[in-house]
Amino acid sequence: MKSREELEAMARRIRLSIAQMTWQSGLKGAHLGGSMSVTDILAVLYGEILHYDVQNPLSPERDRLILSKAHAAVALYAALHEAGFLSKDDIDHALQGDSPYFEHPKMDPTHGIEFSGGSLGQGLSLGMGTALGLKMKGNTAAKVYVILGDGECDEGQIWEAAAAVPHFGLTNVTVIVDDNGLQFDGRKEDILKAGDPAARWASLGYDVCTVNGHDVEAVRAVLLRETEKPRVIIAKTVKGKGVSFAENDVTWHTGRLTDELYQEAIRDINHD
Amino acid sequence: MVDKEIVDVCNASAARMRRCIIDMAFRAGKTETHLGGSLSMTELLAGLYKGIICFRKEDPDWQERDRVILSKGHAAMALYAALAESGIIEEEELEFFKKDGSRLSAHPSLGLPGIEFASGSLGQGLSQGVGVCIALKKMNNRKSRVYVFLGDGECNEGSVWEAAASAAHYGLDNLIAVIDMNGLQYDGSTGTVLNMEPMEQKWQAFGWETVSIDGHNMNEVLEAYMQHHHVPLAILARTVKGKGISFAENSRKYHTASLSSEQYEQAIRELG
Amino acid sequence: MNRRSGNWGEKLIDFSRRNIRIWSLLGPGGALSTAAMELGEVKPEVQMMTADLNYYSGLKRFSKAYPGRLINVGIAEQNLIGVAAGLAKEGYMPFANTYASFCASRCVDQIRVNMAYMKLPIKLIGLSAGLDAGVLGATHMAVEDLAVMRSLPNITVLSPADCTEIIKAILASSETLDPTYIRLTGPMNMPIVYNEDYDFQIGKAVEIRQGRDICIIATGSMVYHAVRAAELLEIKGISCAVINMHTVKPLDTEAVDAMQDKKMIVTVEEASIIGGLGSAVAEYLALQKNRPYQIMLGIRDSFPTAGSYDYLLKQCRLTGEQIAEDIISALSRE
Repeated sequence: MKSREELEAMARRIRLSIAQMTWQSGLKGAHLGGSMSVTDILAVLYGEILHYDVQNPLSPERDRLILSKAHAAVALYAALHEAGFLSKDDIDHALQGDSPYFEHPKMDPTHGIEFSGGSLGQGLSLGMGTALGLKMKGNTAAKVYVILGDGECDEGQIWEAAAAVPHFGLTNVTVIVDDNGLQFDGRKEDILKAGDPAARWASLGYDVCTVNGHDVEAVRAVLLRETEKPRVIIAKTVKGKGVSFAENDVTWHTGRLTDELYQEAIRDINHD
Repeated sequence: MVDKEIVDVCNASAARMRRCIIDMAFRAGKTETHLGGSLSMTELLAGLYKGIICFRKEDPDWQERDRVILSKGHAAMALYAALAESGIIEEEELEFFKKDGSRLSAHPSLGLPGIEFASGSLGQGLSQGVGVCIALKKMNNRKSRVYVFLGDGECNEGSVWEAAASAAHYGLDNLIAVIDMNGLQYDGSTGTVLNMEPMEQKWQAFGWETVSIDGHNMNEVLEAYMQHHHVPLAILARTVKGKGISFAENSRKYHTASLSSEQYEQAIRELG
Repeated sequence: MNRRSGNWGEKLIDFSRRNIRIWSLLGPGGALSTAAMELGEVKPEVQMMTADLNYYSGLKRFSKAYPGRLINVGIAEQNLIGVAAGLAKEGYMPFANTYASFCASRCVDQIRVNMAYMKLPIKLIGLSAGLDAGVLGATHMAVEDLAVMRSLPNITVLSPADCTEIIKAILASSETLDPTYIRLTGPMNMPIVYNEDYDFQIGKAVEIRQGRDICIIATGSMVYHAVRAAELLEIKGISCAVINMHTVKPLDTEAVDAMQDKKMIVTVEEASIIGGLGSAVAEYLALQKNRPYQIMLGIRDSFPTAGSYDYLLKQCRLTGEQIAEDIISALSRE
């Protein structure tokens, strides 16, 4: 098991890559806020939890990760680089020219990207289908992880899939909600109140727990818990975490980094 | 407890409505009609139209009317029977149900007095209800209320939950959703097709107040309609699909079916 | 359909050259904002709606100026249309917006039932239609929205050529009770087609440029590039007319008729060549006896790879230079 320091160092490296990719995208910018908020979760997943083999990327036993809040693509690319799926060169060219690694992930399972994404609300359905397929093939090894945004849970399709996963007995599914409290137009509570998210999921038959999404050891602990039901982990996070000028700031849903801001971001991240 | 006289009047209306529904179904000949889901909501509509809502039969667009939206549009026969009972349409017009060129089609369409929205594509009525309620509040119309009838199977639709979240967010205390919980949908029991239970908890988790009733007990029906609420209210009415006709009760086959002469005679006898 | 002319410009908005330049700089979002502010002032029944794209769509100013009249339903496009329907039924005029890609896919059932079937007076604005959001990938590129909306009965489909026309189209649509889809194409710094005020009428195409030999019928952002192509063709001795077909449905068939004496008609759109403007013109010409040869330029039947707007225009051969090249090739084949 990795130590807290190792996982936090990995998260730091992911954050640096996110900042780099955002800066090198130039005027286009990237979805910095929502990528930073999910970083520690991805660090734990790729550092500790997920079973994968870079040499055999399509191994049937691999765990499947679906980033339904796909605009956090740069976080995924950075994590995939840490895992060994993407090279430094891939990161250095991401979000530029005709790089295959642009603002939303494009399906490429040989590099760890299970599905294309970008249209919110669809990932849990994809996860469900995947889990159902695994179950039908008798594959009890592979697990399915779906990362949602809290704003994304406005989408009705999430609740279609949410009802279906426990109904089909898909206990190999773990849903992680990156609950950073902000969406494009502002605070979640101002746009569409989330009500009682834990109660919503629990009412459908999930095992629900809440965790500090930036405490790598706490995140690991909840991910290692064995349950008999499909799981939902509501991870309380901070949008833009790690970059002081972006933290909890709705304007950093998507943003550009000037040279100065990039340097400031690097200092903030390294200082953490 | 509701005044016995009102309960009796509403029950008598429900009985007449059931007779109308059977007549419409038989007259439709070999073409199938949605018998089961119309019979399950007869008391719910009879109680509403006879005992609760305000409308002017000579002025169906009267601004201060209460609005009824049949989101589960396939139960149109029940709605037409209620409209005839209320004098909003002539009872004679029921003879033209499902006839070519008739205003009374298998799913409600605009052009018939008393129909607020065309329906048939499930999952849309609650959103329409939310829009109407927001409009009523903007117009300072504190009198009118909006009743949206949904099926329990219909609650599979994600769009229902988008609307549910919206209704709670906007504090629509003038909105009542009535869910006809007859436990059956086209492909079988709701529990086997896609289990949505426990429904009470689900609606509450989305910020609604709920009340659970026996949907064929007129006293309970009326009390539920008269309940005060400060947030949107969901009335979860446990009903029997095909209620009143022994061979149709609780039968998946009668989601949509035609009636032979023998069956029609038997139905008339049973209704008394 | 209930067509009325929209001669907006008399009320609050000044269609001066200076303003036209400012709107161009701001892009479609700025134009939407300008039109919304006007409507907010003169039409109390107008409500703006969005699915968590208040800032993106440019309506932040409106939401501050008219509190309570910007209804945000969160990331819920199906609910967006349904709620718009409820408001419309009660006498309001909702202008709902979301990405054009989601208009054409996510909530088509709701559009179908509430706008096409029940003809409720909902005005639906498709943001970043075509390739403008192309940097985000195929999920955000609406190539099929023209085809989808055209095929639904009772929906007027508008595709304004520049920011000035976006404002006019939005204001004109508020003068009718027709369910309307307004497709916004083009980036910030959107090229200007109209340097000064002009008469805009829904359903009445505008002859931007006269010409003898061939005619380009373009819509939306492609009108500017069509004019550029015509200028290049002129140098090569090919006299080219340009028609701005800002109303794709109902098509201005008189404008098409007037071009039937040309050697060739070229349609250009920042949309799929299947089912959009090109198809609309072809469908009409197919019924004519002596019809001119037609070529259709637009996005081929595939999703372009993600990239910046300028990059994608080139990839799809939709720059003025490339349009001119393709026309010359077609003429030489003829």
